[in-house]
Amino acid sequence: MSTFETRNKKRELSEKLIKAALIIASTISILTTFGILFSILFEAIEFFQMRSFWYFITGMEWSPGVEGSKFGAVPIFAGTFVITIIALLVAIPIGLGSAIYMSEYASSRTRDYIKPILEVLAGIPTVVYGFFAAITVAPMIVKAADFVGLEATFNSALASGVVMGIMIIPVISSLSDDVIRSVPDSQRKAALGLGLTHGETIRDIVIPSALPGIISASLLGLSKALGETMIVVMAAGLRPNLSWNPLEDMTTVTVTIVNSLVGDFEFNSPETLSAFALGLVLFVVTLILNIISLSLIRKFKEKYKVNTL
Amino acid sequence: MIKRKNKQNPFYDPSLDKRHTSAKRFKRFTLASLIFSIAFLAFFLIDIVGKGTPAFKVTYMHVDVTYNKKSIEDSRFAVEKKYRKVISRSWLRDLPKQVEANPKLMNTTQTMWVLADDQVDQYLKGHHYKLKRKDKSLVDDMKAQGRIDTKFNSIFFLHGDSKIPENAGFFSAMIGSILTLMITMIVAFPLGVMTAIYLEEFSEDNKFTRFIEVNINNLAAIPSILFGLLGLAIFINLFGMPRSSPLVGGLTLALMTLPIIIVSSRAALRAVPDSIRQAGYGLGLTKIQVTKDHVLPLAFPGVLTGSIIGLAQAMGETAPLIIIGMIAFIPDAPGSIMDAATVMPAQLFTWAGMPERMYIEKTAAGIIVLLSILISLNAIAIYLRKKFEVKW
Repeated sequence: MSTFETRNKKRELSEKLIKAALIIASTISILTTFGILFSILFEAIEFFQMRSFWYFITGMEWSPGVEGSKFGAVPIFAGTFVITIIALLVAIPIGLGSAIYMSEYASSRTRDYIKPILEVLAGIPTVVYGFFAAITVAPMIVKAADFVGLEATFNSALASGVVMGIMIIPVISSLSDDVIRSVPDSQRKAALGLGLTHGETIRDIVIPSALPGIISASLLGLSKALGETMIVVMAAGLRPNLSWNPLEDMTTVTVTIVNSLVGDFEFNSPETLSAFALGLVLFVVTLILNIISLSLIRKFKEKYKVNTL
Repeated sequence: MIKRKNKQNPFYDPSLDKRHTSAKRFKRFTLASLIFSIAFLAFFLIDIVGKGTPAFKVTYMHVDVTYNKKSIEDSRFAVEKKYRKVISRSWLRDLPKQVEANPKLMNTTQTMWVLADDQVDQYLKGHHYKLKRKDKSLVDDMKAQGRIDTKFNSIFFLHGDSKIPENAGFFSAMIGSILTLMITMIVAFPLGVMTAIYLEEFSEDNKFTRFIEVNINNLAAIPSILFGLLGLAIFINLFGMPRSSPLVGGLTLALMTLPIIIVSSRAALRAVPDSIRQAGYGLGLTKIQVTKDHVLPLAFPGVLTGSIIGLAQAMGETAPLIIIGMIAFIPDAPGSIMDAATVMPAQLFTWAGMPERMYIEKTAAGIIVLLSILISLNAIAIYLRKKFEVKW
């Protein structure tokens, strides 16, 4: 047996070991996803053994921690919905507008300067946004509402919704910008050649082509808004409140999760476990949104044969 | 002028003006939305800096301090009665320690600069304050005599949290953040890079690989608070790791940072041209040797950049850490990864909820510190990318 052969065998063994290690490392991501799913699922099942699932989905009253506590999550879902809608009303027009300006009007030099600035908005920790919403924006809204003769609370849904919307702007603008830029230039040139104005070209040709990507970006923004915690914990209310008035305080799924876990309840009490039931809802909804968003982007990529997204 | 010209043009379409106006309006709207985002950022930064910078200065008063047996036993007697309400309780509480450190002080009376109460500080900074009228006039008198001055607030950087506002500092939160992020990087960096290498260099395009890829994409979009639920249910309840510890926090954040590192490392590996690999194979190297000695070193700047960005994101994360209890009141810096600790953003969250006005100021100051660290991290990442970027 020559020395080369033994060395090769050793090498073969070590290569196999390294490859095995790489595969193990890769499976960690799967383990994490399933870890999240099962850890939430098991605790949620435990909760639904104690309390009715049907009442959780359709009940109108959420009153943990008292005698005869009730866990009807509709007011919480409603609060989440209102705040998310406000956030999207801010984020989608502004994010999309910024994306259109950056991709269609701005010179590439300007774009190189502006895009990082917008990305700073994405890099600011959410706890900082929460502080800003609670200390600066909320009092401003109270004053403004007072000025026009309305009454607003200091933890209004509007304050956290607006600030959350600003947080989501870069999520929407960054992806939309990439998508709009990857719409083939031939489409623009054809439209301009047929005598459309620049504005019409963008509105009637480019945006419809990029629409799957834009919807995908908005869905990502939506899922981010639903799961956002710190802004609402700091600036929105704690009271489950079934109302459409954005000047009132209302609470969200994430706020309720945090509140039920920082309290002094036993881990196996329905108060604590209700957090996992809400977490399950959040997980399922964001996962579905994400899957739709990814498949839309994939279709867009296939249609225009781009790999850069 | 143009309009008149247009009227002579036989092909002139009267609706054209309208269409051009609407095109202009559209452009103005897009520009306005961009300007709004940037203006918001500017307003936000100015607001935070304006609120936070006063906290880097703190008020001191020039008073006589008596060191004797009585004042050691009850440090309130160290100063004249009228000063008791305007001098920091925490400073007085430390009086015995001063004597211990310097026994010569015993039985002397020193005229020295003493930390003022938070309400005095806020009064002098023109914020909301709660002072009795006689205390207020005393402070006014002292200010007129030049016996009140502001100094650099070293307490903020050297002390941990405190229930006495003027004594509260960011130090223990900074140490907590360092310990937590150390765990995060020790776990997430090798795992992330290894996963990226496997997916990019070794895996065939089969169902297993695609499943991993979909998983990583989904993992990146899961709300961070759910990682906190995972940490609580698995690390704390199942494995029995200590609550509030940097160990649990670091592991939880590692799982969140993983997708960021994987995605950026894969992009960096993909950017290495195939000719490098082919040359390696041509010389008789094995796949592992090519990857380890040639592809990975070339991709490393990109890998590092992505990891720093992931680190910066983990540093600002709060929600999952609240769930696993890292918002405890931590006056002393944690000594190990098993001790209860808090991190910078969690400390900011705690302070933002305090009733005293001085905590608001400290929160804003803490935000300035945190944002400076994050901006420097991102700047380092951009610098690395620019410096080591190879155009193939």
